[in-house]
Amino acid sequence: MVKLKYDIEGGNFNRAGNASSQVKRVLKQLNIDQRLIKKIVVALYEAEVNIVAHAYEGTMEINISPEKIDMILQDKGPGISNVEQAMQEGFSTASQKVREMGFGAGMGLPNIKKNTDLMEIETSVGVGTTLRMTKYLNNVE
Amino acid sequence: MKVSELIEKLGLTAFTGAVGVEREIAGGYTSDLLSDVMGNAKEGNVWITLQNHMNVIAIASLKELACIILVKGITPAPEIIEKAIAEEIPVLGSNENTFNLNGKIYALLN
Ligand SMILES: Nc1ncnc2c1ncn2[C@@H]1O[C@H](COP(=O)(O)OP(=O)(O)OP(=O)(O)O)[C@@H](O)[C@H]1O
Ligand SMILES: [Mg+2]
Repeated sequence: MVKLKYDIEGGNFNRAGNASSQVKRVLKQLNIDQRLIKKIVVALYEAEVNIVAHAYEGTMEINISPEKIDMILQDKGPGISNVEQAMQEGFSTASQKVREMGFGAGMGLPNIKKNTDLMEIETSVGVGTTLRMTKYLNNVE
Repeated sequence: MKVSELIEKLGLTAFTGAVGVEREIAGGYTSDLLSDVMGNAKEGNVWITLQNHMNVIAIASLKELACIILVKGITPAPEIIEKAIAEEIPVLGSNENTFNLNGKIYALLN
């Protein structure tokens, strides 16, 4: 079992993607199938950027076993008042500044859904959000 | 086609010098929406965009894109070039607008 943990800073777009990129490096070292790595990286990046864009601070925890990779992104932030709406492609509350950078298409959570086997959001308005994702490693389609 | 041939054929500016120019190009993707690129661009793609900040490099690196081409004479800041060099992602520039550049690259690759 390989365990990794990274801190994610809210609002710091210069560092957004660093944690995902470190996890990618480890997955490559572990010789995980390239096709799976590509999908895991999309999901991780979107989850990482959501903390940077929408929350104050958070962590990314990764647990890799031979059969699966579990990813937990936990943040302190505004939470999500309507998860079903947030999951819809095109829905975004991103600020104008964040949109100018090209974020805020409302495609991040749908991208996560498409690229993982399990995805679960637990959130409390005014407190924060926990996103759990799983990718099975023996199931390359 | 290699990135170096694309630079030569279109007279592109190579902001990152010779970094990564041996990369092989497999098609391209044009978008200024980052999660669109994250979700839909493919390894080896040329990415044509007017977005010009650190996250563009992070995405190109995570997705293993062949290179980034900035349109309309956009010039990246020194720290962006520095990160691109560290990640070995070629950042190129064109004075063309997105429509014209897409057309030219499409014709060269197909
Ligand atoms: N960690 C989070 N904390 C608070 N709100 C969130 C969080 N993640 C997502 N959201 C909410 O869900 C919405 C949709 O998220 P999604 O990632 O799909 O799109 P986006 O981040 O707005 O834009 P994109 O990901 O396309 O750049 C966000 O606009 C935001 O309102
Ligand atoms: Mg998002």
